Amino acid sequence: MNTPENPQLSYDMKTGEGLMACPRCDALHVEEELDPGETARCIRCGGVLAKPQGGAFVQLIALSFTSMILLMGAVFFPFLEISRMGFGNATSLFGVALAFADGILLPLVLAVLVMIVGLPVMRSFLIVYTLIPLAQGQAPYRHAATAFRWSEMMRPWSMAEIFVIGTAVALVKVAGLASVHLGPAFWAFCALILVNLASRGFMCQTTIWDAIEDAGLPTDGRELVQGRRA
Amino acid sequence: MKSGVDHIAPIMTAHRAGLLGCRSCGRVWPESESRCQRCGAALVPPDRRSLQKVWAWWFAGLIMYIPANVFPMMSTQSFAGLAGNTESTILEGVVELIHYGNYDIAIIVFVASVVVPMAKFVAIAWLAMVAGRPATHDQAHTRLHIYEVVEFIGRWSMIDVFVVAILSALVQLGFVASIHPGPAAVSFALSVAFTMLSAQSFDPRLIWRGLPLRSRTDTEGQG
Repeated sequence: MNTPENPQLSYDMKTGEGLMACPRCDALHVEEELDPGETARCIRCGGVLAKPQGGAFVQLIALSFTSMILLMGAVFFPFLEISRMGFGNATSLFGVALAFADGILLPLVLAVLVMIVGLPVMRSFLIVYTLIPLAQGQAPYRHAATAFRWSEMMRPWSMAEIFVIGTAVALVKVAGLASVHLGPAFWAFCALILVNLASRGFMCQTTIWDAIEDAGLPTDGRELVQGRRA
Repeated sequence: MKSGVDHIAPIMTAHRAGLLGCRSCGRVWPESESRCQRCGAALVPPDRRSLQKVWAWWFAGLIMYIPANVFPMMSTQSFAGLAGNTESTILEGVVELIHYGNYDIAIIVFVASVVVPMAKFVAIAWLAMVAGRPATHDQAHTRLHIYEVVEFIGRWSMIDVFVVAILSALVQLGFVASIHPGPAAVSFALSVAFTMLSAQSFDPRLIWRGLPLRSRTDTEGQG
């Protein structure tokens, strides 16, 4: 990326074509194709503007599927088992939801379930929906831009990794009261953290936005005038 | 372009060029557009008026934070209440953990549910107050850094809510022991959610608005 003073690149200061503004500090940059592995940083605030990686779309699709499968396991398998004096209890997240289905705390339980399972599943689905046609070099599905924007909006609200730390704290708190065993769902959540970290490493929003645009999503007709890229 | 007090040359921004940058995807549009046609997000100019939204969520979060600390987070019942029925607020929960010698966990809970929320209230209020004021480059970088930390760390306050949810679902051993969530769990969850919304409503471009010195068009365009 260069400052607009670079004369070799084509851009239009009237319409904003070929330019990119840093979302953090508004500094203008001229858009330029990056090679995989290169990183573009904002000249003003130093934030990463783009960091494309080779084969990232396929990796992201695979990781999203992994995350969906892990979440399914995390919902239906027990995540903690507790026993004391012959009284035992094993809970899956699904069981938690059912246990609170009629209480006044239903909104809290629903909110927790949405944050740790609902939003991560939804995000994975939206990313797969956006990227599958792009990875094959085809035109994106309808509303792909909206799907990807929503998936980015959901990012801060999906809290699977915080839930794992919460489980650890809960384990310590309950240790004096009864003996506790970790169930398979707990390990699914732990694996999910690793999958999320890998997925974040491959994710470059700028590249995906460019891909959606270049793959022929109707924007404002500029692409039509200049000839669409196949 | 006039050079200001700061010796670093002014950087061309979308705002100075009379353009609007999309905060969602970075695409630049003429100022007359109201919606980004690439990603569909609403285009918002960097304007101090948007701080009203930050303050609204900030106050909502602060109000919910009061009952979150006064009311019990959860109540533990042992032997159907015969061996004691303890209700504990957030701070009492931390004290209890220290009492049992779990210092590391006590620190995690204390940081996540006391230090982080308090620091977040202070940090967001400070960012909203100084936003748009002239600053040196170093100050602006510090502010952006604080904003990024606040944005990153805010969600971790949810730990205590998850702990209560897990415990109350798990510890249902009938006569022997049972744990029920208290009213503070809901208000604490809401407080965290509201402060997250407050931090998200803050427009980091405002940090840089006054840099390095306002040009004439900048002053005119100020709302």
